[in-house]
Amino acid sequence: MNVQAEARSERLEERVYRPLTHTSRGWYLWLGLLALLTTVGFFAYATQLQKGLASTGMRDTVIWGLYISNFVFFSGVSMAGTFISAILRITGAEWRRPLTRMSELTTVSALLMCGLMPMMDLGRPDRIWHLLRYGRLQSPVVWDILAITTYLTASAIYLYLFLIPDSAALRDRLGGKVSGLRHKVYTLLALGWQGRPEQRRRLERGAAVMMLLIIPIGVTVHSVVSWIFGMTYRAGWNSTIFAPYFAVGALYSGVAMLIVLMFVFRRVYRLEEYFTEKHFRYLGYMLAAFGVLYLYFTFAEYLTVAYKLQGGEKLLLEELLLGRYSLLVWGGFFGGQILPILLVALPWTRTIPVLFAASVLVNIGMWIKRFVIVVPSLSLPQLPYEWGVYTPTWVEMAITAASFGGFALVFTLFTKLFPIISVWEMKEGWEKEGLRALPATAPATGGLAARPALLTSESGGASHE
Amino acid sequence: MDQGPGKARVNRRQFLKLLGTVGAAAAAAPLLPSLLTKVGVVAAQGSADESAPRRQWAMVFDLRKCEGCVTTDKPPQCIEGCNTEHFVPKGQEWIRVFEMEGAAGHASFFPRPCMQCENPPCVNVCPVGATYRTEEGITLINHERCIGCRMCMAACPYGVRVFNWGDPENPAGATFASYSPQYPVPHRRGTVEKCMLCAHRVKDGKLPACAEACPMYAIYLGDFTQDIATNGKEVVKLSTFLADHSAFRLKEDLGTRPRVWYIPGHGQEYGHDINETRQPKPARTWQELGATLESPHGGHK
Repeated sequence: MNVQAEARSERLEERVYRPLTHTSRGWYLWLGLLALLTTVGFFAYATQLQKGLASTGMRDTVIWGLYISNFVFFSGVSMAGTFISAILRITGAEWRRPLTRMSELTTVSALLMCGLMPMMDLGRPDRIWHLLRYGRLQSPVVWDILAITTYLTASAIYLYLFLIPDSAALRDRLGGKVSGLRHKVYTLLALGWQGRPEQRRRLERGAAVMMLLIIPIGVTVHSVVSWIFGMTYRAGWNSTIFAPYFAVGALYSGVAMLIVLMFVFRRVYRLEEYFTEKHFRYLGYMLAAFGVLYLYFTFAEYLTVAYKLQGGEKLLLEELLLGRYSLLVWGGFFGGQILPILLVALPWTRTIPVLFAASVLVNIGMWIKRFVIVVPSLSLPQLPYEWGVYTPTWVEMAITAASFGGFALVFTLFTKLFPIISVWEMKEGWEKEGLRALPATAPATGGLAARPALLTSESGGASHE
Repeated sequence: MDQGPGKARVNRRQFLKLLGTVGAAAAAAPLLPSLLTKVGVVAAQGSADESAPRRQWAMVFDLRKCEGCVTTDKPPQCIEGCNTEHFVPKGQEWIRVFEMEGAAGHASFFPRPCMQCENPPCVNVCPVGATYRTEEGITLINHERCIGCRMCMAACPYGVRVFNWGDPENPAGATFASYSPQYPVPHRRGTVEKCMLCAHRVKDGKLPACAEACPMYAIYLGDFTQDIATNGKEVVKLSTFLADHSAFRLKEDLGTRPRVWYIPGHGQEYGHDINETRQPKPARTWQELGATLESPHGGHK
């Protein structure tokens, strides 16, 4: 390896290992805020345990509310992370390298929150073990439990596999700089990794299996989530395209979440050299592609219903498009679907801050979409009785806020223990690049690390294709 | 009839046989969900052996006699009879009475208990088997097993199921009452409730509480194995009674095959004026009716 390449590796290590040993006051402030959110969430849940679900806004007509909306939202976010990481690895897209760890972590973190939500929603959380004791495979609820636990296990393994070499590096590097316990944890996680060829071979084989497995598992998760609704007779839910519709929506909102996270980490940990304009652009293209696909599904779903105007479907559609949900529906449609796609499609708005803003819009829009799928179909009366009304209470809002806080907390703590960029994979990429293009093209010298990568977009982040 | 070897032609009997097989397969296909639930298959066959269930319960609502109790100037008596019988928690109605607008624009009343479907969507989706269908055709809930996920409520196309969101009020002494899915007292927080065709009464040869309370005798309890039905005043042959009066079931097209039938009408037998706009009065709770465990229908009747 030449001098430049070595300097490049060192710069990366210096940058991504820094948060592991140096803690700023801002980090503590942020942690405090998240701790506050989760504490309020715990308090809200304690209230709910004490008073029962009567402390929520749910009642006999609208039987599900924020919890189930969050559940669908987080399962969507979770699907994209590992899924995209696996697809990019399989297709050998070199630009994936700085993104994989973050996307895999997104899946794990979102799935934890996703799995928590139905538990918050149970009328009898004390009987949750009944699911193990009496579980029936015929129930969509059990499909969900199986799919989510499988996906969580698989994506945790997947995340961990690629963490082994980095743990070994931390074990070798951070001895003495971190507490003895933490050093022991790194040693334990490294599994005696020395980077020997046969170790590499084994890791590669394991990773290849996981990559292929994780894609169908990811698809099952969001499919069975949709079947919680699709297996009923309700207007708006009684649809055959729900599984692919939800899966595409999941990829759409998941990619948006990745862009948001990329933007945040780029800012906070000064990773401009690695999360380059190109990464934003490429993920932006993905976002737009999934967005257009999602538009197509939305169109197909609503057209087939609107054309026939069957019984309850007519009443529901009127409420959605013209009635009391119309603001949410149209706001979500234009703000969360049309506008973000336009922002990516138009070359002059395709900048990092605008892509970030578009992704935030997508996330909000998709959350609204989840809410609009769950609540209106439930508030529609099944027989000629009055429409259901649903106003979430502070308990539900606090638990919702805490779930987003928990999602962020997983990232906050993880990045204190492990680098958010997979260092060894970056190096592997550079090695490949060096082998392919000898002599290695030297990046512009001097002060590059401090310069925003936008200006030298192709130099960093193993962006060779 | 007999076919020589090597003859490839399909004769009439074989053809009919084939048709029969295809037909049986086609008929069995919709049974699949109920096969999955393990019950209901035996019930549907109704074979004559000893172990076969003795009853196949059904209910018939003769809407010609139902006028929402507006002419009696009382709240619908079926609801109140049910409320006191089961100490139905406040805010719930296990049988509801809707006012419907008929196709001709006339007002009619429509009582709705649990449909006791033969292909019950609620039973199919329950993750823990807390709700199940008995061999005699009643869908029950085991409140000691229910985890309160409310998937069954989402699945029920008739909006029958209700939930104990908080702690339901129970009659004095209910804590010591012996709970059973047939007679779910005391009621418990965080579990789903619904009409269970008064399983505890019909097994003793009594009418369901709603039928007994109906002053118009509009509610019949039927049994398909004996092919009879009664409203407490007259006994009819169930099959002819349904056929002669063009009885229908709610949302027939869903394939849930309810065991509750309706005879079309608008209360005409009691002189209910179709243009009358009087609404049924709100039913009183068991507390308001003064029901106790010892005398459920205490202040009532």
